[in-house]
Amino acid sequence: MLSIKNLRVSIEGKEILKGINLEVRPGEVHAIMGPNGTGKSTLASVIAGRDIFEVEEGEIIFNGKNLLEMPVEDRASEGIFLSFQYPVEIPGVSITNFMRTAVNEQRKYHGLDPMPANEFLAKMEEKKRMLDIHAKLANRSVNEGFSGGEKKKNEIFQLAMLEPTLAILDETDSGLDIDALKVVANGVNKLRRPDNAFLVITHYQRLLEYIVPDIVHVLFDGRIVRSGGKELAMELEEKGYEWIRSEA
Amino acid sequence: MEKDPNNILDEVTQGEYKYGFYTDIEMETAPRGLSEDTIRFISAKKNEPEWLLEFRLNAYRKWLGMTEPTWAHLHHPPINYQDIIYYAAPKKKKELASLDEVDPELIETFNKLGISLEEQKRLTGVAVDAVIDSVSVKTTFSETLEKQGIIFCSFSEAVQKVPELVKQYMGTVVPSDDNYFAALNSAVFSDGSFCYIPKGVRCPIELSTYFRINAANTGQFERTLIIGDEGSYVSYMEGCTAPMRDENQLHAAIVEIIALKDAEVKYSTVQNWYPGNKQGEGGIYNFVTKRGICKGNNSKISWTQVETGSAITWKYPSVVLMGDHSVGEFYSVAVTNNYQQADTGSKMIHLGKNTKSTIISKGISAGYSNNSYRGLVKMTKRAENARNFSQCDSLLLGDRCGAHTFPYIKTENKTSIVEHEATTSKISDDQLFYCNQRGIGTESAIGLIVNGYAREVLKQLPMEFAVEAQKLLSISLEGSVG
Ligand SMILES: Nc1ncnc2c1ncn2[C@@H]1O[C@H](COP(=O)(O)OP(=O)(O)OP(=O)(O)O)[C@@H](O)[C@H]1O
Ligand SMILES: [Mg+2]
Repeated sequence: MLSIKNLRVSIEGKEILKGINLEVRPGEVHAIMGPNGTGKSTLASVIAGRDIFEVEEGEIIFNGKNLLEMPVEDRASEGIFLSFQYPVEIPGVSITNFMRTAVNEQRKYHGLDPMPANEFLAKMEEKKRMLDIHAKLANRSVNEGFSGGEKKKNEIFQLAMLEPTLAILDETDSGLDIDALKVVANGVNKLRRPDNAFLVITHYQRLLEYIVPDIVHVLFDGRIVRSGGKELAMELEEKGYEWIRSEA
Repeated sequence: MEKDPNNILDEVTQGEYKYGFYTDIEMETAPRGLSEDTIRFISAKKNEPEWLLEFRLNAYRKWLGMTEPTWAHLHHPPINYQDIIYYAAPKKKKELASLDEVDPELIETFNKLGISLEEQKRLTGVAVDAVIDSVSVKTTFSETLEKQGIIFCSFSEAVQKVPELVKQYMGTVVPSDDNYFAALNSAVFSDGSFCYIPKGVRCPIELSTYFRINAANTGQFERTLIIGDEGSYVSYMEGCTAPMRDENQLHAAIVEIIALKDAEVKYSTVQNWYPGNKQGEGGIYNFVTKRGICKGNNSKISWTQVETGSAITWKYPSVVLMGDHSVGEFYSVAVTNNYQQADTGSKMIHLGKNTKSTIISKGISAGYSNNSYRGLVKMTKRAENARNFSQCDSLLLGDRCGAHTFPYIKTENKTSIVEHEATTSKISDDQLFYCNQRGIGTESAIGLIVNGYAREVLKQLPMEFAVEAQKLLSISLEGSVG
């Protein structure tokens, strides 16, 4: 589904990603861990198409399509979703309006008519219930004045509404209390299907107890230095990154 | 890979003017130029009483001694007032009883604008007084209104039907020598709307008028007079779009509102005159004087405007708060793009005790445009415990446009409070990326963000108008993303 080969990325002349290789198949959950500033969010942004980063070398193929040649919104409509580490505020735009626009723009991309209003609202209701989101929240402006945890929940709500094939969760767990973490993890598990995949960026083993990964990667200084099963996360939690650092 | 943000915004903000077309209707025009003879011609055409001709001539004589104002943050070549045709009207055929009798081409025009009279009538229950080039073509729902004693008709009709009311109130809010453009209007005004709500009557429907400039070289000089008698309520809407023309067209309207004791008048407008092309050629000069007076105690006047059009806008809807406890409000969104210039804002003159005013202004600038807010809040000696709150925000798209704020505050007593807040912001790349990542293209994203930014003002508009205004905001900043 997603195939990244020898990806080298820099910003302002500084190399951040130094040759990433990654294969994600349908139905899989991959976790990416690693110390602060090693390029996890950069990788997520480049897959999504943020253009402040310079792709020096390599390729990203998604369902047979060359992502690097596609504008951000087309990648999204092709099924890439990014749950932001730092969600952005859009004052005055209600979540309902924002989601309706997003859903319908993606439908337009696929040559479909806008979703009928009652169908859309029913879907909103269903997903709100699934993620235990207060009815009032949906009438508020996108992320404006939201608490850290509310912002993260809102990201997963959007994920549920848009039903992407590849969802990238960038530190979705940070800022969530224990109950919210369970709700979000349950939500994600319900959204898992044989034909979609998740890329979960996190610092903590705890999230991975709920969303169990098939493969764990350790990103260190712009390279994936180790990949393994879910026990790798346990090992990291115990030994810390010094262990990796000494080996690298 | 990295794109120059200015280029992106250019692509997105270069929408062509969507309402650029021209309707050919037989005209009956005044000779080009301005003199006492022109004024007599207009007055005679309209079969006006002697006092009104005197009013016009008096204004004209004052105008001759005045000079064009230069204090606004605006630039334009000198206007040749002798090169303007001051009167043009579709030839009167006969009185129209139904829509079927309206010129089909006219209906066509309205259809293109998506505001067909039939639709308006059937779906929204709005009474429409459609003004095309100075003469009212059709007034609907007048019977319903008549039953309640509401008078809603063209200005010329009002002069014939209720001359005493016109004579009593006309020029009392905007004196004929108030300013250069007001004097010009007072001398040559062609037509406009008149509205009177009797004592204690709540007008059951939104009153709406569509104006439209439709002839080359024809200055438009509408004049609107709205009177809310004691304890009455009315919501009045005015909207316009103009066809694409090459030459600059002068538009100098006057709107006067009088609210008597306990009366409330809500005036909403969406203004979308032709703004000129991308190079800044052509487009309408919109020099408007709008003022209301809260004459009685506990009266209220509220202005809401969405301004997307015109090459140049010069407009300061104001309220004189004369009655004690009276309320004045001004909600404005002004969009400028390409080479458009807008100098707009509000004046709140507090005369009465415990008077209250609110100013919410949202300026949105793109391209090479200039957008200025200019406001005056005056608390006179007698206006004890008066309050004003002003919020003036500017949103910049790109870095070649300008936003300016000129707030003037004059306080002559110690008990009144004036609060002023101002912000300037940009649409951030982070916001655009966030929208894009959800599948929303940059063009729609800008429309969405801009509408969100203006929400506080848009929500003041009557429902059916708000939808139209939202579309307009997006359209005026839209273009094909390459
Ligand atoms: N917009 C930017 N401008 C300059 N440098 C940047 C930018 N974005 C990221 N970087 C740099 O790239 C490197 C990797 O950052 P990135 O955000 O990808 O790290 P991360 O692994 O997600 O860290 P964390 O765990 O703290 O979220 C850092 O050194 C960071 O300072
Ligand atoms: Mg990060």
